[in-house]
This record gives sequence, structure tokens and C-alpha cells, in this order.
Amino acid sequence: MAKELIRLSDCFVQFDDDIILDHLNLYINDHEFLTLLGPSGCGKTTTLRLIGGFLKPTSGDIFFDGVRINDVPPHKRAVNTVFQKYALFPHLNVFENIAFGLRIPRTDSSGKKKVRLPEEEIRGRVLEMLEIVNLKGFEKRSISSLSGGQQQRVSIARALVNEPKVLLLDEPLGALDLRLRKDMQNELKRIQQQMGITFIYVTHDQEEALAMSDTVVVMDGGKIQQIGTPEDIYNEPKNAFVADFIGESNIIDGIMRADQVVEIFNRRFQCLDKGFQKDEAVDVVIRPEDVDIVPEDQGQLRGTVTSVTFKGMQYDIIVDFYGFKWLIQTTDFCPVGSHIGIKIDPDGFHVMKKSQYSGLFGDYSSYSEEYEEISDVDYDPEAEEDQEGGHEE
Amino acid sequence: MKNKLSRFAVPYVVWMALFVVIPILMIVVYAFTSADGTPTLDNFARIGEYFPVFVRSFKLALIATLVCLLIGYPLACALAREGARFQRVAMMLIMLPMWMNFLLRTYAWMSILENTGLLNRLFGAIGLFDLINSLFGTDIEYFKMINTQGAVVLGMVYNFLPFMVLPIYSVIVKLDQKLIEAARDLGADGVTVFRRVTLPLSLPGVLSGITMVFVPAVSTFAISQLLGGGQQLLLGNLIEMQFKGAAYNPQLGSAVALVMMVIVVICMTVMNRFGEGEEQAVIL
Repeated sequence: MAKELIRLSDCFVQFDDDIILDHLNLYINDHEFLTLLGPSGCGKTTTLRLIGGFLKPTSGDIFFDGVRINDVPPHKRAVNTVFQKYALFPHLNVFENIAFGLRIPRTDSSGKKKVRLPEEEIRGRVLEMLEIVNLKGFEKRSISSLSGGQQQRVSIARALVNEPKVLLLDEPLGALDLRLRKDMQNELKRIQQQMGITFIYVTHDQEEALAMSDTVVVMDGGKIQQIGTPEDIYNEPKNAFVADFIGESNIIDGIMRADQVVEIFNRRFQCLDKGFQKDEAVDVVIRPEDVDIVPEDQGQLRGTVTSVTFKGMQYDIIVDFYGFKWLIQTTDFCPVGSHIGIKIDPDGFHVMKKSQYSGLFGDYSSYSEEYEEISDVDYDPEAEEDQEGGHEE
Repeated sequence: MKNKLSRFAVPYVVWMALFVVIPILMIVVYAFTSADGTPTLDNFARIGEYFPVFVRSFKLALIATLVCLLIGYPLACALAREGARFQRVAMMLIMLPMWMNFLLRTYAWMSILENTGLLNRLFGAIGLFDLINSLFGTDIEYFKMINTQGAVVLGMVYNFLPFMVLPIYSVIVKLDQKLIEAARDLGADGVTVFRRVTLPLSLPGVLSGITMVFVPAVSTFAISQLLGGGQQLLLGNLIEMQFKGAAYNPQLGSAVALVMMVIVVICMTVMNRFGEGEEQAVIL
């Protein structure tokens, strides 16, 4: 059975008047690949810094293996961090960067004497680590001669060589290009499985989160919006924010007329959700890929195509239904201006309770800009950093 | 390499040739000739007489550099940790004395350190001398501070300290805080972080600081003249005496200058070896 390793209990963090983390409760199991996912400023990096020991909560407790570690400084915690911009030591070569942690004398098991690792052991472990991150033969290279992807691997090796119980990764792939990111995602997952340790991964990239994680924690405004497996998060978003942030979605105002019956655009549809009040106002999420295009006269709803984008595997089309624009993904080509009908299966409807996020992500075309900003490769996660930069200690 | 902008460097090259390269060549020529213009090594043979001056010059400059480093490094570190506004004000305070004439500043120290100067009068006023005299049965009326090697070192430190603080500060303030965090994350305590990250990364600043203090200190003549009172003859004074005054002997002066220059260049080269792999500190 999974064993609990880290617990954040009612953690509250406030800088000046800004609430960064709002009474966060979270536990993390041993050997788990857990991702903290959210837009910049959502508190995910702050959460990571709490675990790393670079920040103390204003109130609340952090437990590691059952022991309260609020006052344990970073260098005495059994966690290591892979930093956003790698933070490799420019005055040391690849070998010495990785050996940095190993060269620091540790208190031995008796708790009194400081012990240095023998040089052969350091050498053995560094070389082994280089092999794991596919950088065999790079030990003599200087940091500045490495590409971004190689620096990334060195920083992962530098953290992992200390055999931490938990590896913290702070947007480690943020500075890499798309292709390299995909490769590194697979590699990270492989390393995590090979070493069998807990990874806590921070990212704003939902695709990355879904592809790698055992558990995804979606955060916004210093609060956890939803915790679950990638499938749960994608298929059963708890509120409009999660639905919008994970994948692409059309979020429509609806009314639950009865169990398994939802009404949108004054039409009733069969769905799978139940347990709502009769006539309760709800948010209805429909994923773009769950919509089938049919001839106009056979459709449950009828609309006009207003834009078509070829995406390789499919077309992204925007369809206007009674003044409300939907994003639909289809392999059938529908020219702009054509009238189409759509059909949605009962499992294509995801009904959610109204929340503070309701109405924020209405018309697809109105928030697509924001979506692009979130998924932009060049998006600068430092913005969040800068905001927190002045508040350390 | 042809660069369109390179022609803008022409005036600088001319300037350097006229006022740096040619004078150095002239010094070399003078050093190897006698007064009537025949080639000779006599000038260098005479330098042996002045060996104590060389030793004193390098010793005092070395002490001054060391003191500057001991004061300057912690100061630069402490500064870099403060808020931006504090840093600006503090930097201005450090630079402020440099807006005043160098000689004026040094004269000011004269009147502070003199036997009847400000400091001795202060000691007298608070009864320090009476206390010492009654305790040890001595009969002193003042501390001898002016015209000592200590006064010369003090003058050097006072005048050259900003040149140590500035380069170290500018390196440390740019130091990526993430590197410090990374080192702590990897298990380094405060001392280890300093020894293995902060110090090696600030070495380029330290090296240029040392250069910028040591070189003017070893060749100064104003400070030693005013605060050493001619009793603490340094290389700068020795060279000055050969070019003006009764002992007029530009050939010997050139030889001394040349030897000093060679020693300094050797020192700097050796020192820069320490920083190999780091950014090279500026030589001179």
C-alpha cells in the first residue's frame, strides 16, 4: 500500500497583504509522481519552496515521514531540488557540479562524527548518474558549453545523486523547446520509475502534467481546486476553472432538470450526472473532441462554422450556436459558413456545480487568447518568481 | 577581423601609442643608457642600493591591500544583502570622499595625525595621557602617529578602499541567489556555501580589487610624502627624486620604474593564475 511521506497541514502563507497559500492541505505518498499544476501566481512554487525548506509557512505545519519539519533548514532535509533555470555552478565542471552534494561531509549514523565519502565512491556514483541521464563522457565539460537540455540533465543528476527521498522539480522543462520537452518528459518518467523515488513536479503546462503524473493537483488562487489522477482531472473536472485549465473545453450555462437530464439552450439532453437539486443552475463542460458533426437536419443543435484551423491530426473549428461560439475538433472538413448539426453522447456532458469561476470562461472565442498565453512556450514563469523574490526568509 | 566600428577606435589607438606606449619605450631607452647616451647597465647595478626601498614599498602596499580586502569583502557582502535603496545610499557614501581632491584628503589626515593634531588633542582632553602616565610612570604628551609606516598604510587604505569594495560588490550583487539556494539544497551549511560557491564566484572581483589597490599603493609618492614625512621613502618618492630636485638622474629613475613595473606585472600574472578558469581579472 502507498505510504504517506509528506503532509502539508493547513499551510497558510502571506506576504504583506497578499495571501499566497490559503490553508492548504495536501499529502504526498512515497514513490508517487505528483504534479502541482496551475497558472502563474497560483501558489504552486510556494508550495514547493515550503517542502524544500526555503520558506516557512505563516501558519500551519509540514510533516516529513511523520516528523514536523517546519524549522529544519534546507540543507538538513532529505529532499533535493531541480531548479527552474537549473542553477548549475558556473565555476565547476559537470563532474564537480554533480559531486557537489557528495563532497559535503555528513554526520554518520552514530550522529557525532562528520564523514567524507571516499573519492572512488564519489567518482562511481557520479559516473553512474551521468549514465542514467544519458551524459556519459561529459564529466570534464564546462557548464557553459552545454545545451539547455544537457544542463537540465546535469541539474537532475546533481539532485538525484544524493539519493533524496523526494525530488522537487520547479518547472524544469520551462526553458526548453517543445521537441526537447517531450523527450525530457519521457526521460523524467523513466528516471522516476528506475530510481523509485517521489517526484513533486511544478508546472503550468497541463499536457506535461497529464503525461507524467500519477496524481495531479490543480491549484489556483492559493487553493487546491482538484486532486486526482490525470484521467479524473480531465474527465471529471470539479469546476469551471479546472475544466478550462485542463485541456480545451466549452463551458455552457445549464440547468439540471432531473437526474441525468441537463438543459442547455432550452433543450434537454441525456447525461450521466446525477445528485443535483431539481432545476439547479450548473456549468456544463463539453470537450471539443466529444462533439460529433452530423448533417444539419439530424443534429441536436444547429450552428454555423465561423473559422477553421488545420491542426494536422484534426481541424479545430469554431461553430456559432445561437450567438455562442464553441470549439469543436473534427476530422471532417467543414468550410467556413457551412451549416452543421451536432450530436453529443450522454458521456460527453460533464456537469459541475456553480463556483466562483462560473461565467469566467464562457464563449470559447472570448477566452482563447488567455488560453494561448497559458500554453505559450515562451511564456515566462519568472513572473511568479519575481513577485515572490523579495519576500524570502 | 574587419569591423565597421573599428575606425572609431583609431583615436584611442593613437592616444594609447602617444601617451602610453611611447613613454614606456622612452623609459626603457633611458634605463639602458648613461647620461651621455651610451648604452649601459650601470643604472640597474645601482638599484641594489635601494633594495630596502623596494622591500618597504611592496611590504606597505601588500599590508594596505590586505587591510582593504579584510574591510572591503565583508562590507561588499553586507551591502549586497541590503535593500536597493540602502545600497544606493551606501555606495554614494563610499564614493563621496573620492569627489574631493586626493591631496586635500591626505592633508586632512596630516592634521588629524600630527603630534599636536586633532586626535592627540582629543586623547589629551579626555585625559588618556595622564592615565597612561600615572599607570606606567611614563611621561608622554602625544602618540607618534604621523611619519610612521602605520600612517602611510592608513593613508593608502583610506584612499584606495573604494577600489576594493566596488569590484567585489558588483560581482556579489550579481551573484545568482538561486546558486546559493541550490548549494543549500544540496546539503551545504552557511560556511560551506560561502567557501564553495560565494567565494569562488566572487574571485574575479577580488582579483581586480587587489589589482586596483595594490598597483597605485606600490607606486604612490604623495601619501608617503605627506603622511610618512620623507622618513618612509617609497619607490614613488625615489623615482620622483630622480626626475626633479637635486639628485636629478632620469636614467636611474627610469631603471627603478622599469624594475618596479616588471615586478608588478609578474605579481599580477601569478595572481591571475589563481583565477584561471574564472573570468580573468583585469591586469592594470
